[in-house]
Amino acid sequence: MHRRTLLTGAAAIGAAAIGAASSLPNVAIAQAPGSRVLKFIPQSDLAVLDPIVTTAYVTRHHAFMVYDTLYGIDADYAPQPQMAEGHTVEQDGKLVTITLRPGLLWHDGEAVRAKDCVASIRRWAARDGLGQVLMSLTDELSAPDDRSIVFRLKRPFPLLLDALAKPSTPVCFMMPERLANTDSATPLREVMGSGPYTFLANERVPGSRIVYERFDKYVPRPEGTASWTSGPKKVNFDRVEWHVIPDAATAANALQNGEMDWWEQPTADLQPVLRRNRNVLMEIPDPTGLMALCRFNQLHPPFDKPEVRRALLGAINQSDYMTAVIGTDRSLFRDGVGFFPPGTPMDSDAGMQALTSPRDMEKVKRELAAAGYGGEPITLIAASDFPSLSALAQVGNDMFKQAGMNVEFVSTDWGSVVQRRASKEPPSKGGWNVFFTFFAGIDMFNPAVHQSLRGTGQQAWFGWPTAPKLEELRSKWLEAPDLAAQQAVAREVQTQAFQDVPYLPLGQYFQATAYRRGITGVLKGMPLFWNLQRG
Amino acid sequence: MWAYVIRRVLATIPVMAVVALFVFSLLYLAPGDPAAIIAGDQATPQDVERIRASLGLDRPYLVRFGAWVWDIAHGDLGTSIFTNLPVSRMIEQRIEPTLSLMVVTLILAISIAVPMGVVAAWKQGTIIDRAVMGFAVLGFSVPVFVVGYLLAYIFALELDWLPVQGYTPFERGIGPWFQNLILPAIALGGVYIALIARITRATMLEVLSQDYIRTARAKGAGQVSILFLHALKNAAVPIVTVIGIGIALLIGGAVVTESVFAIPGLGRLTVDAILRRDYPVIQGVVLLFSFVYVLVNLVIDLAYTLFDPRIRY
Repeated sequence: MHRRTLLTGAAAIGAAAIGAASSLPNVAIAQAPGSRVLKFIPQSDLAVLDPIVTTAYVTRHHAFMVYDTLYGIDADYAPQPQMAEGHTVEQDGKLVTITLRPGLLWHDGEAVRAKDCVASIRRWAARDGLGQVLMSLTDELSAPDDRSIVFRLKRPFPLLLDALAKPSTPVCFMMPERLANTDSATPLREVMGSGPYTFLANERVPGSRIVYERFDKYVPRPEGTASWTSGPKKVNFDRVEWHVIPDAATAANALQNGEMDWWEQPTADLQPVLRRNRNVLMEIPDPTGLMALCRFNQLHPPFDKPEVRRALLGAINQSDYMTAVIGTDRSLFRDGVGFFPPGTPMDSDAGMQALTSPRDMEKVKRELAAAGYGGEPITLIAASDFPSLSALAQVGNDMFKQAGMNVEFVSTDWGSVVQRRASKEPPSKGGWNVFFTFFAGIDMFNPAVHQSLRGTGQQAWFGWPTAPKLEELRSKWLEAPDLAAQQAVAREVQTQAFQDVPYLPLGQYFQATAYRRGITGVLKGMPLFWNLQRG
Repeated sequence: MWAYVIRRVLATIPVMAVVALFVFSLLYLAPGDPAAIIAGDQATPQDVERIRASLGLDRPYLVRFGAWVWDIAHGDLGTSIFTNLPVSRMIEQRIEPTLSLMVVTLILAISIAVPMGVVAAWKQGTIIDRAVMGFAVLGFSVPVFVVGYLLAYIFALELDWLPVQGYTPFERGIGPWFQNLILPAIALGGVYIALIARITRATMLEVLSQDYIRTARAKGAGQVSILFLHALKNAAVPIVTVIGIGIALLIGGAVVTESVFAIPGLGRLTVDAILRRDYPVIQGVVLLFSFVYVLVNLVIDLAYTLFDPRIRY
């Protein structure tokens, strides 16, 4: 080919491209009113598909579409049968038999059998704190026939159904035995459940799009009304598409012009814009909210001393933290929050004067000095890539400084924070003293699921507190026969927590969700994709 | 020339080897733990340890590097730690959007910037020249994401002409495909237009002062002919060089543009992988980018022969 011919050809192609572009047909941008496709923007990418390996909430929400649970919870946080038809309790509570509903199918068309459920419970229990308690009290877990799951217990365990129903992560999802036999630390490579939606693996574009299709052989429970994760899971959409939009402004725009139907977690700064849009509705789906905390590393000075941790309770102004996170609208946050989410059964006012009494920074300084704090540096690790976590850390940094502490503020990304917080080395050798995070209220719902109240030393959650009294009270709570007894023990737990101070409670905020006005039937709790309708 | 091309292609192998070693070592040294991210915030340290072991992340540096190099030598870029999908498949899924964005941006930028630069040189010192240079300064100064948000606000939210986000594959029709790319390409093209327009102007000014241009004028050649046939062709080599170098700029800009417009391209894949410490994906994408960059340089070198017949390899 000659040089001149090539140049002429390139010019011709360019002209043709411009010509083609100028005659483009117009395409629909917003969703059609009768569309049976729901477009949803999740809080983050669905990176890990296995709901047992990860405790990420986005994976739990995916799993509630694809998998089903033996029991769900209702708006009163009470367990209700889901895959289970019902159960019997015999031998003074030591023999519990759960019967599966007939006609349950996996997405490949195979029948759900009790032995699948037994394997699923075992895999979940290997990973979950409450599951481990359940298994430690279980002499035998078996499937004598295809529909019966039998727990033979060492002693009655009143929380058995609560454990199977709990929505805090990891959730006890049912999967086929061949998958459930996988080690609980090894991520599953296949998604196969019996839930109301099937996962379309071939349409998945990690980091961008996740697609589900209605499972037409799913049999919803015939009775009751849908509430949280219980009741009939009736599906009115043929297809649900999750579109991962990492940029908040873009997500808000896509919701406003109708390209998307539902945005799980609009950021605080954009919520006023969405509230002004008459085509968008906003509500608070989870009344247990998100609980903020400042976690101490108790392996190293100065936070190895309970006196130092206790002194800092007097420095906390929870509304400062919550304002930094969600703004000044007090309907979106609560202060005066203890170790359990306000409004839930275990919440109480026990020991709360530690947080609600008048703040006196001079007194805090005196108490820190009396506790032996001599100005040694404390390393605060902060995640700068999550605005809410960054806000907590900034306010915390200021609080520590006002209390006269010598703070080394290490701002990095979340990926580095989760690595560094696992280090048990002294802060000067790559370890840490404090970090900030949030837990969903449902994950702090009671002493059984409350990870950050555990005091098992080296086996405990990051920070590794040794708190024998808290552990003793947890065991007592697990044995409590009824709600009143549980509440009484929970008061003792909170009182003790204000003595041991495994972390500083920093308040509770409520994350709104936003969806197009035409969408109805949005359930409380978390993003759930049954009961929804368009129009 | 073919011997030269083969020599240059073979020369990419040691370059890629150095890049591979460098990338792997940097990632090994960088802080972050994918096992902790997979396990989630509520996981205990014991859970994290078990997951780390199950993923083989507790193996020594040399073992992991050796396994990775061995896989690459067999044409396998590895498997994503998070998605369990082959890295090659993840790249394959993402390559079309990024390629489309870059091609549309390139065509848009060149077709706007070159005439702009030529006209600015022709009208040197006039208001047109100042306007072009003013635009160039603006193009350099305003960040891609600001332009992106402004465009989305005006053309998607207010006028409802174009979608805010997303990507439609080319196979679903040129219309939807192009509609999704117009705004990102304009946003991304701003810097590129500024860069090419400035270099075109500067080079054209130099060429226009040459004797052969004066001769062409003396022979009665028209202004268009002088500018585009005589001058521009002789100014092409530095312009093409800048276009080539600017592709690196485009790759960097694509990361931001793809995030602003939620385009599932390689830029977002890279950012997501870095934030999660998905090492095989980061390594695969960086290798691909370096290969592309080496290849682009080769293409630019070969393109010189098209514009300047004196250049021969």
